Amino acid sequence: MINSENAVLEARDVTIRYGGHAAVKNVNLSIYEKKITAIIGPSGCGKSTLLRSLNRMNDFIDHVTQDGEILYRDTNLYDEGVDPVEVRLHMGMVFQRPNPFPKSIFRNVAWGPTINGLPGDINLRVERALKQAALWEEVKDRLDDSALNLSGGQQQRLCIARALAMEPEVILMDEPCSALDPVSTARIEDLLFELKQNYTIVIVTHNMQQASRVSDYTAFMESGTLIEYGDTDQVFTRPKQKRTEDYVTGRFG
Amino acid sequence: MTLLAASKYRWGEAILRQLFFVCAFISVLTTVIVIGILAVETSSFFEEVSVTDFLFGTEWRPLLEPKAYGILPLLGGTMLIVVGSSIVALPVGLACAVYLSEYASDRARNIIKPVLEVLAGIPTVVYGYFAISFVTPGLRLVFDDVQIFNAASAAIVVGVMVLPMVASLCDDALRSVPSSLREGAYSVGATSYEVTARVVVPAALSGIFAAFVLAVSRAIGETMAVTLAAGATPNLTLNPLESIQTMTAYIVQVSLGDTPSGGLAYKTLFAVASVLFTITLVMNLLANKVMRKYQEVYE
Ligand SMILES: Nc1ncnc2c1ncn2[C@@H]1O[C@H](COP(=O)(O)OP(=O)(O)OP(=O)(O)O)[C@@H](O)[C@H]1O
Ligand SMILES: [Mg+2]
Repeated sequence: MINSENAVLEARDVTIRYGGHAAVKNVNLSIYEKKITAIIGPSGCGKSTLLRSLNRMNDFIDHVTQDGEILYRDTNLYDEGVDPVEVRLHMGMVFQRPNPFPKSIFRNVAWGPTINGLPGDINLRVERALKQAALWEEVKDRLDDSALNLSGGQQQRLCIARALAMEPEVILMDEPCSALDPVSTARIEDLLFELKQNYTIVIVTHNMQQASRVSDYTAFMESGTLIEYGDTDQVFTRPKQKRTEDYVTGRFG
Repeated sequence: MTLLAASKYRWGEAILRQLFFVCAFISVLTTVIVIGILAVETSSFFEEVSVTDFLFGTEWRPLLEPKAYGILPLLGGTMLIVVGSSIVALPVGLACAVYLSEYASDRARNIIKPVLEVLAGIPTVVYGYFAISFVTPGLRLVFDDVQIFNAASAAIVVGVMVLPMVASLCDDALRSVPSSLREGAYSVGATSYEVTARVVVPAALSGIFAAFVLAVSRAIGETMAVTLAAGATPNLTLNPLESIQTMTAYIVQVSLGDTPSGGLAYKTLFAVASVLFTITLVMNLLANKVMRKYQEVYE
């Protein structure tokens, strides 16, 4: 399907169940370095579940069982010796709704690096992350204000900065723009292009235009199954599967 | 025809509304009457005893000669119980709540929650009896000069008594912290201890504080256990192994005794009750205010 060079993450035959109900079924998927991979599909098809399996976020949900492997540069993230906390140092995450801590703007960004003892000057690190998230200019004079006073779009960029401050290798985003207005959404999309130079990004989105605009590869899922995965251009203009075509044109045209 | 049916329906509703209004009115009226009587009797007490003597006097001897009306020994007794019970109930209650909301499996929760409710439902007189027959003998094994009636054993059982309330209110506060916040913390590589101690507990702090204030307020008002176990010796002391008397225990003592109504000794009841009422009222208002603040944070 796609040449397998530079796969950072590779899902191999992954099945995820909530209790008895399989939300993700036998999915094989490679995530490529310094590319943006979009996951699209109807509501409830298992996009979030799959995404959260990549940084072991499903560990916190009771009754979840998972089969198959998630390889991160040849290590299975679900091997017994693997520390999930360590996994999340490599895979940052941005959530659907902005979820800043009820702390100051500065502490929101500084908290992760501090508790993990990341090296270097923390002030520089915070500044760099906020600049990368295109938020620095708006908040540089009020770093000690509560993050809860920021607008929704600013909060989401703060959450992106919070992830970036950890300097992860991969950033997982679950519908990061769904709670935002078009202007904030456009800013975050611009941001994704910038971030692509240094980070591997996986983004779940309901917005077809967004997927086609920002991503290099697109995965289309339906009721837990990966129906089609390929170059974004190809998936949107020449889908191989009828179901992909129906979904993409139905939403698009 | 439909119009007619509608008006019939409203007629029934109007009666119900009147009924609810009467119920609400009665409870407000009762409160007003109680406060009124307290105020009248207290002010007639202060016609005979000066406010400064009452508030700052260190001797409480209203029934024996030479009489003295300084409330400090009673206040001190109450404070010993409050401090002692807080030392028991606040840390253990909070720890219990952290376990319940952050660590316990559904199964463990389903066992512990009902146990706490049973603990909360035990009549206070049973706690008092328990203090005398188990806690005091236990203390005597450890310390030398433990009096039969002592503040420590009463404080311990009052602590156990308010513990379920602290645990349950703190649990509510911790659970009201949205799980998205926990996930945000985990996503930057926090361990579950870091998530709990540095994100969840701070985010729930005002709710936890409100729980503490309510617990203290309950300990102040607790009557039966302290009457039975802490003694009836108005005694301004910091030593919890001595016998003391709390404000509530004093009220019980005089109410049960043969003090003639109308006399000064009788009026002391109302003066003490006013102090008690004022303190608990202030505490509850404080708790309410703090609680409302924390409800706003995540809306
Ligand atoms: N915590 C959970 N417990 C039980 N079932 C769940 C849980 N979370 C998700 N599911 C189920 O798993 C399936 C996939 O859910 P998931 O959230 O991954 O879908 P999604 O593609 O992200 O949907 P959406 O686009 O609406 O966010 C759904 O059928 C959902 O009902
Ligand atoms: Mg989802």
